[in-house]
Amino acid sequence: MAHYDGVFNTLGLRDWCDAGKEDGPMTMAQLLAQAKGADPNETTGPLPFPSLDSLHDACSRIPQTREMTAGLERFFLDIKNSLKVVLDPITQPLSWMLDGALWLFTTIPWWVLIPMLIALTWYVSRSRAVTIFVALAFVFLGAIDHLEVAIQTLAIIFVCTGLCVIFGVPIGIAMSKNDTLQKGTIPVLDLLQTLPTFVYLIPLIFLFSVTESKLYGIAIILYAIVPVIRLTDLGIRLVDKDVIEAADAFGMTSRQKLFKVEIPLALPNIMAGVNQTIMMSLAMVVIASLVSAPGLGVLVLRGIRNLEIGVGLIAGLGIVLLAVMLDRASKAALNRVDVSRSTR
Amino acid sequence: MTETTSKPEPQIKIRGLYKIFGADPERVLPEVQKGMSKSEVLETTQHVVGLRAIDIDMYPGKTTVIMGLSGSGKSTLIRHLNRLIEPTTGEILVDGQDVMKMNPAELRELRRTRMSMVFQKFALLPHRSVLDNAAMPLEVREVPEEERHAEAQKWLARVGLDGYGASYPHQLSGGMQQRVGIARALTSNSDIMLMDEAFSALDPLIRTDMQNLLLELQEELHKTIVFITHDLDEALKLADHLVILKDGEIVQQGEPQRILMHPEDPYIVDFISDINRARVLRARTVMTEGITPDAVVHGDVDVNDTLESVIARAEGRTDQAFRVVRDGQPVGHLSMTDVVLALVPTDASEQRQATV
Ligand SMILES: Nc1ncnc2c1ncn2[C@@H]1O[C@H](COP(=O)(O)OP(=O)(O)OP(=O)(O)O)[C@@H](O)[C@H]1O
Ligand SMILES: [Mg+2]
Repeated sequence: MAHYDGVFNTLGLRDWCDAGKEDGPMTMAQLLAQAKGADPNETTGPLPFPSLDSLHDACSRIPQTREMTAGLERFFLDIKNSLKVVLDPITQPLSWMLDGALWLFTTIPWWVLIPMLIALTWYVSRSRAVTIFVALAFVFLGAIDHLEVAIQTLAIIFVCTGLCVIFGVPIGIAMSKNDTLQKGTIPVLDLLQTLPTFVYLIPLIFLFSVTESKLYGIAIILYAIVPVIRLTDLGIRLVDKDVIEAADAFGMTSRQKLFKVEIPLALPNIMAGVNQTIMMSLAMVVIASLVSAPGLGVLVLRGIRNLEIGVGLIAGLGIVLLAVMLDRASKAALNRVDVSRSTR
Repeated sequence: MTETTSKPEPQIKIRGLYKIFGADPERVLPEVQKGMSKSEVLETTQHVVGLRAIDIDMYPGKTTVIMGLSGSGKSTLIRHLNRLIEPTTGEILVDGQDVMKMNPAELRELRRTRMSMVFQKFALLPHRSVLDNAAMPLEVREVPEEERHAEAQKWLARVGLDGYGASYPHQLSGGMQQRVGIARALTSNSDIMLMDEAFSALDPLIRTDMQNLLLELQEELHKTIVFITHDLDEALKLADHLVILKDGEIVQQGEPQRILMHPEDPYIVDFISDINRARVLRARTVMTEGITPDAVVHGDVDVNDTLESVIARAEGRTDQAFRVVRDGQPVGHLSMTDVVLALVPTDASEQRQATV
């Protein structure tokens, strides 16, 4: 006698329930209970509200919980093919970009590439200390023979961060202009930021083949794009109202206002977002090596799988070094844009 | 005087302007028009009466000063002129054209070419140089860089900032930043200048400097200036026409000297009770009009001389009298007894003090 029988009887749904009666497989709880020789509902005591499983006991038309997870999986498999038709062509350029960047970074001889990267550091940071640090870090990575893998990681980060900025900044601007859009977007951003990093990979593995670079590209971008969107939105909303008013009073169009006032004044915040985006893509690129992303992460993974402690730790050190390099360079760039605008 | 016939058309006319802040101003408007008080409106409908029944004429080449305490609606009023704030009802005519009926493009044109604005907190672009800031109104109009920099340079020099073009706003003192603000407004070459408490953020000495600068510029350029202040001395120094606001309503408007001599409201009597009357009242306000050829005079004073300077001329003696001249022509007679009497607070204030 199941707990909720009475409910269905009084509702007059007994016939409807029994019509679908069939002896489905038992739940784990029932099995366990049987082994112990007791009725599961009696021993654990029912919850104060009905659960799917206990309702199923009373009325077999109600699905069990495990059917829900199975249903989700079925649903996913059903839409997979049609989803693929849409998503594949859209995301294909990402594969090309990642493969292209990896090819480019590994094909250019190091004595061209490294000086170029150091020059880039100087260009964005204009800081002698940071540039020297970056140069020394490259020398160190070269000395421990990790330069090639580090460069691969760097290539992936460049592509992903670049795309995060290209998509994130306009989304952030749109959010700052439209309160409804902001209200709608923030829960999505929260979700993206709190979703455990491994969970990103689950639907992606279903959709794309593990050999495609876009699989990890999408995972990294989804994870890392959040701060640049948030801080662009915040930065533009924080622009001094008086200055905006002055722009209006002198008859600026909204376009002029955006490019001449809002974006320049929000730039320190946007740059802070980019800095965080870089750090987060670096965190994700390690996990993405689970799905064939090349680079230092692969070595870390090897260290874990084969218990090669030294390999794992050295690769980890390399990642830390990369993180510090990227962080210092982008922070120096941030300070540089910030300097001429310490207002009032 | 025959001045009324020769008076030009007002450049800005405000007619029946009401502004109510809140969720549904239209619904509250009839009550407000019937005369419900600001506090009553707030209590019964949670709406704030920003402005009520405003009528003002502002004449070309003149400085209209709008004065009132904090929260009296000064900023709200000035922002209606270039429609940074939409009115609940009312008409604003600039050169005969209704600002309320302008489409966005016309409105932008108005803001770009016919009105410029100076702000209390300067509102300069912190990421642009002083020169670029001063050139901003022309940049908005897409004037080529060389041309707009030349124009901006000219006005920067005019406000005393020659050589600061390459600096950034945060490198300048408050007074200098506001000079950039004024240069920016002048660069736009508009007839009308709106100044919202432009000098309130500056310390007293700099403030006097800036007032003098404005008077100097005005003598040369004859802009139509709408100037907002909560400082009576500043208002009296700059105003050709003074409008006194209280709780969003005009309590009195007119020639400042007239308001001083004939305040119509205890609120204004209160307001003017603390000022140095000798410094702000002028000979023309106190003199007896008309020429009395046989009167004994001890010299000439100009119509615009302050009573302070007249007293100094008389070396403090009350038995003297002066001929008052305008552009060298005698227009009136001023006896020192009248001067001294004018220094006594007005009838209205006496009555008030008697009742207190
Ligand atoms: N956006 C708004 N929403 C609601 N009430 C407002 C708004 N703007 C102004 N007010 C109200 O309108 C009244 C007039 O405000 P306003 O800013 O014009 O005063 P002000 O005379 O410029 O004062 P201050 O000298 O402090 O600048 C105040 O009571 C204020 O609370
Ligand atoms: Mg104000």
